[in-house]
Amino acid sequence: MESLEPILAKHAFFEGLDPAYLKLLVGCASNVRFDPGAYVIRQGEEARHFYLIRQGRIALETRAPQRPPIVIETLDEGDILGWSWLIPPYLWRFDARIVEPTRAIALDGKCLRMKCDDNHDLGYELLKRFAHIVTQRLQATRLQLLDIYAPHA
Amino acid sequence: MPPTLEQPGISQAASDPMCPEPYRVASVSRETHDTFTLSLEPARGVPAAGFEPGQFSMLYVFGVGELPISISGDPEQAGRLTYTVRSVGPATQALVSRATGDWLGVRGPFGTAWPLEAVRGKDVLIIAGGIGLAPLRPAIYHILKHRDDYVRLIVLYGARCPGDLLYKKELAAWGRSPDTQVLTTVDYGGMNWRGRVGVVTTLFRHLRMHPDKTVAFICGPEIMMRYVITELEENRGVLPSDIYLSIERNMKCAVGFCGHCQYGPYFICKDGPVFCYQKLRGLLGKHEL
Amino acid sequence: METTAESTRSVLDVEGIAQLIALLQRRGYQVAGPTLRDGAINYEVLRKLEDLPAGWTDEQAPGRYRVTRRKDNALFGYTVGPQSWKKFLHPSELPLVELRRDGANFQILHNHGVPPRFAFLGVRACELAAIAVQDRVFQGGRFTDPHYEGRRSQVFMVAVHCTQAGPNCFCASMGTGPWACTGFDLALTEVIDGGRHLFVVEAGTKAGTELLEEMYAAPAPPELCRQAEESVRRASLQTRQMDTAGIRDLLYENFDHPEWDNVAARCLSCANCTMVCPTCFCTTVDDLSEVTGERAGRWRRWDSCFTQSFSYIHGGSVRTSSTSRFRQWMTHKLASWIDQFGTSGCVGCGRCITWCPVGIDITEEVRAIRGGRANAAPVSKGDNIHGIA
Repeated sequence: MESLEPILAKHAFFEGLDPAYLKLLVGCASNVRFDPGAYVIRQGEEARHFYLIRQGRIALETRAPQRPPIVIETLDEGDILGWSWLIPPYLWRFDARIVEPTRAIALDGKCLRMKCDDNHDLGYELLKRFAHIVTQRLQATRLQLLDIYAPHA
Repeated sequence: MPPTLEQPGISQAASDPMCPEPYRVASVSRETHDTFTLSLEPARGVPAAGFEPGQFSMLYVFGVGELPISISGDPEQAGRLTYTVRSVGPATQALVSRATGDWLGVRGPFGTAWPLEAVRGKDVLIIAGGIGLAPLRPAIYHILKHRDDYVRLIVLYGARCPGDLLYKKELAAWGRSPDTQVLTTVDYGGMNWRGRVGVVTTLFRHLRMHPDKTVAFICGPEIMMRYVITELEENRGVLPSDIYLSIERNMKCAVGFCGHCQYGPYFICKDGPVFCYQKLRGLLGKHEL
Repeated sequence: METTAESTRSVLDVEGIAQLIALLQRRGYQVAGPTLRDGAINYEVLRKLEDLPAGWTDEQAPGRYRVTRRKDNALFGYTVGPQSWKKFLHPSELPLVELRRDGANFQILHNHGVPPRFAFLGVRACELAAIAVQDRVFQGGRFTDPHYEGRRSQVFMVAVHCTQAGPNCFCASMGTGPWACTGFDLALTEVIDGGRHLFVVEAGTKAGTELLEEMYAAPAPPELCRQAEESVRRASLQTRQMDTAGIRDLLYENFDHPEWDNVAARCLSCANCTMVCPTCFCTTVDDLSEVTGERAGRWRRWDSCFTQSFSYIHGGSVRTSSTSRFRQWMTHKLASWIDQFGTSGCVGCGRCITWCPVGIDITEEVRAIRGGRANAAPVSKGDNIHGIA
């Protein structure tokens, strides 16, 4: 089977990561594809993987009673999906629905957690990248909350 | 009530900057549930006023009042002035309810323009939020008509929801032009929306930018412009002198006499609405300025 | 500071002033000048000499104005009243356009009319400076206000040198007085001493000289001129002053100074200061139409940056707090004006201090921003929303 290492190396999330760490991670990686309409992630389920999106579009949704699901944000090529595998109780907080045919690399959460426990430097590198993404998403979400386009009565 | 006049029928001297010129509504088209584009032509056979992208007119509805509206049409299309208006109150509602053949008063054009000459040879990054795409559309028209004068054209456009996106067909067409990238996003998507969801700043992650060869033209809600500028300046290395934005304030006269549009030491009607961010650095984040 | 040699000064007596008024009226001018009305010395169109406030003066303090009788019958023995000459040059209400509807069309009706021809009698140095400031606003930029220009270009200016300074005057520190140096056709200095009541007159323009010749005004004796100069010099002894050193940057850099909240706790946003200020020029446009909808008019009217709606844009005002509005007024007047028009917007007339109901003093506020005042406890406005003790 062809190594996923070069694919991992090319992905925006791992840009600049020491190739030695990539070698450690590739053992947790697998290639996946999804068709439009499929749910990659379901709110409340165990968070087993995180995904590096190579192509396609995924919509993050949340369900509210008596209304259709609300799309919070969409993710495209170069984005990562999911960090609930990092933090106990390792459960997903939202749904993720495939909008456009999607190819991704799935990284096994448990495998990653074990490798990070063994190698704290690797863990630090991963956490730095996640922290960056989480702050960006938080910033964007706050701006979204302001509802800036509404005509303020 | 104004006094009765002795001599009706004579129009006011052209040198009076507060006297409107009558224009006739040639067409009205609906862009979204609350936004319409009006195309006007001179009602008295005078040549239509020329304008530069970024400028605005004062549009007068008989008996209702006057509003500053950015010109959203093609500056090289003679004989017409086009405006995209969002209905947010009684005055804008009066404007968008005009029918073909109705007359409006037009004063202008006023204000500063997007510096299209000065940025030749660069990548032009156009970032619009909501109705903010309207004052930028004339700049896009110009760039597309003078394509060789510019390198890449990138349009980032965000709106509240898919139904609020303006100029959808044109956006798609622009995206198909060579060396042109158009990325759109909405704050709230629906089940049927297959496009992006997220604020307009989330579009930056899809771009490959050369900061020293890039100029940015930004127009949208002020908060959005501030966030975009932060992204450009702090994360992307674009210089403040290469960032331009369009600011809005209350206007009554548009010729620097009424005092309403002041923004720090600047009159938006004379020194703006288009400003180089370099000029506004100390002002943009100031509360209640 | 003298601008014309003693030998070109003339002298008029009180009857000469009456003659001056009549001559100007015969030449088609509406002679506007001071008159006692409604308990204040206001500017109105005068009919005759007796309309002048002979023997009246004013007592002014922060938030206080009273007229009182003088011991003599000086015609110009007061300081400044609540009105300024902008009342005539930049009227508080003015029709801009009138339109008549015809189906979907409308016609713009001509309503400019002929601008009135004014002679201003009794213009103080600070007021000349204020007119010059407004000249730059309305005539100095890309656009010219035809209403202002139409009136301004025809004004015959009779200035009056101040012989006493009011307690709120600070023209000396603003460099705008008490001497009137330029911008007048004639300038008078009133001299009352012993039995005589005379006016030393200097011409500032050819039109002024011609008028004096037409009146066969006699040359002023040198000792009279000296006495006139001495009394104007006395007017430069002023108790109030504004330190304008670096004032533009001072205000720009102190946007968040706690003094803005302090003064805002007292300020009622009543807009008196902007109404009485001789340089404040902000206006709004009102749209009026007949009930039938056939005719519509656009009227220009004075406005003030202190009003809640001044900075309104779709859905809300930018400057909602009184802190932001006071700061806007003062920063514009003393700082931004310099960038906009090349001069200060303040001429030191002191009207804003006199007519502020709570006696806010712009010179004190500058001092406070500089950090030079031990903060006096602000007068509570009741609902002290800024929580300043």
